[in-house]
Amino acid sequence: MSNTKFILGLFDDPDDMMQGIDNLQKNSIPIYDVYTPMPIHGIEAKMGVKDSRLGYAAFCFGCLGGTVIFSMIYYMLVHDWPMNVGGKPSFAIPNFVPFTFEWTILFTAFGMTITFFAATHLFPGRAPRVMDLRATDDRFVIAVSAKGNVPHEDITNLLKQAGAVEVKHNERKYVSYE
Amino acid sequence: MASHNESIIREPLMTGKDITYAQITNDILLPVENKPNKAWWIGFTVASLGSLLWVVAISYTFWFGLGAWGLNKTIGWAWDITGFVWWVGIGHAGTLISAVLLLFRQNWRNSINRSAEAMTIFAVICAATYIVAHMGRPWLAYFTLPLPNQYGSLWVNWNSALMMDVFAISTYFSVSLLFWYTGLLPDIAAIRDRATGLRRRIYSIMSFGWTGSLKTWQRFETVSLILAGIATPLVLSVHTIVSFDFATSLVPGWHTTIFPPYFVAGAIFSGFAMVQTLLLVTRKVLGLENYITMFHIESMNKIILLTGSIVGVAYLTEFFIAWYSGSEYEQYTFLNRFIGPYWWAGCMMYGCNVIMTQVMWFKKVRTNIALSWGFSIIVNIGMWFERFVIIVTSLHRDYIPSSWAMFYPTWVDVSVFIGSIGIFFTMFLLFIRVLPSVAIAEVKLLLKSSSEQAKKKLIDEGHLEPAEVQYYKESLTKYDSVDMADYEKV
Repeated sequence: MSNTKFILGLFDDPDDMMQGIDNLQKNSIPIYDVYTPMPIHGIEAKMGVKDSRLGYAAFCFGCLGGTVIFSMIYYMLVHDWPMNVGGKPSFAIPNFVPFTFEWTILFTAFGMTITFFAATHLFPGRAPRVMDLRATDDRFVIAVSAKGNVPHEDITNLLKQAGAVEVKHNERKYVSYE
Repeated sequence: MASHNESIIREPLMTGKDITYAQITNDILLPVENKPNKAWWIGFTVASLGSLLWVVAISYTFWFGLGAWGLNKTIGWAWDITGFVWWVGIGHAGTLISAVLLLFRQNWRNSINRSAEAMTIFAVICAATYIVAHMGRPWLAYFTLPLPNQYGSLWVNWNSALMMDVFAISTYFSVSLLFWYTGLLPDIAAIRDRATGLRRRIYSIMSFGWTGSLKTWQRFETVSLILAGIATPLVLSVHTIVSFDFATSLVPGWHTTIFPPYFVAGAIFSGFAMVQTLLLVTRKVLGLENYITMFHIESMNKIILLTGSIVGVAYLTEFFIAWYSGSEYEQYTFLNRFIGPYWWAGCMMYGCNVIMTQVMWFKKVRTNIALSWGFSIIVNIGMWFERFVIIVTSLHRDYIPSSWAMFYPTWVDVSVFIGSIGIFFTMFLLFIRVLPSVAIAEVKLLLKSSSEQAKKKLIDEGHLEPAEVQYYKESLTKYDSVDMADYEKV
């Protein structure tokens, strides 16, 4: 039994990589993940990844932001210390609009982005879990877990057939740890 | 991808022969991974001296108070607010490029959005320095926040446009920063994976552990799109609210309902001029001619022409309404812009912004780099004078002739302004040294669809309408980075 943990198919062209995914899927080989230097459209449909639900999070945070600031202004301007400005009503909704608008956007942006970072485990100082250092440069990488997916030569051949420029049999999952 | 090629009649967004994904990374990271050249050091030295001037002038202001400026009892707002509005306006182009053009799927934004967004952030920082500076007592800046206090609590005045400005500018700055930094993550990861030692460690922390996995990209794209969707109304709201600072007052020349759209158009106009000023130099110095092409330059010039014309229509409307209103004070204010003591400022405003930009109708002007750069500077100057005319010229002769006055800037006024330009350029020059000035991942998206080499390949393969190919070849002649000899035989 070899010590290979992950088999990486390295492609220099996104179309070849798509072919590689097809080849593996036709042979019922599960793909661990795909690493690309840029977003490749159509890949999520192929891999059966559902649409992101971040939009719902964004909407909820937006509602929260609008409610928070509207309540704050209402409390301060109408309830706690109503001011008599020429006898005009203190609950002047048009004046609330810019603040409500700004905080709706502020909460949407930060709430959604922080949700994205949390869901994807991105935060400052996180050790990058990189399988191949060129995946952020010019290599489109398909990673297949070696465990259970045997024989490894077949996987290598499937990737090569699709046009992989290199197939790596890595004994470590991540190469980025020092 | 290869299955859907872009139409041949569209101009390429990237030029150059035999460009690979690796070469894109190399080209863009060249200034980041190497020692800066002489041009950078000269620029950085000059900019740093400017920043130093700002530190001196602003310290002097805080020590001696706002009396150090040339303000008087008639003109209580002058260069400070002029500078503030000028810088905020400049910032708008970055958001327009990154957000509005993303929503409209304008792929040419991919090569210029990064530096334009950086410019937004630095311009808003410069604008923020004016807000803090004109408070006079910056240690009381927290008075603008709705904090509980021992005076009642006496809350901030939510009815004031200035309060709206606090919220608009702070939201705008923080959301722009977030948008910019999120977009930077994949590119910082690219630097990290090529670096060694301490550099790798630093960029590793900054990259948040980005890997470029499938789900990361999918979520990243969702986040970018939604951020663009909310940044678009945000950027429109910011200058609208800046214009409220004036429009909600009763000063003739300020009290007009046209201000919000007029300010927004002016902001985009001046912002694109500043992007043009910066990018034409950056492209040359960093050798990015293949990524920031003549198509980009011409497109930006077209936007400058459009927004400049909108500003021109707004100016005409102002004059018409001043006459039509029948209000003596309003009429005098607008007449005073030409026949008053500040006639020269009025001429700078109308001349630079409206008359000069109309030559952009000519394609020869739009595709001439030296002229484009010159016009971008003219627009920057013109837009500064626009704010000066609106603010100072409207204030200096209002209702009572006995309180009419002139504004004379002191050396502190001038130094704060020149210094803020120094700060802006210091930050921009540091940015192009440590972070990629072009969005690497987004430019890579163009390689197989919109690049010159992809289109050349299509032509070489045949199967295309000869008339369309001819049209395409003619459109290439304007590019300074395309060698037309390659197209003679095909």
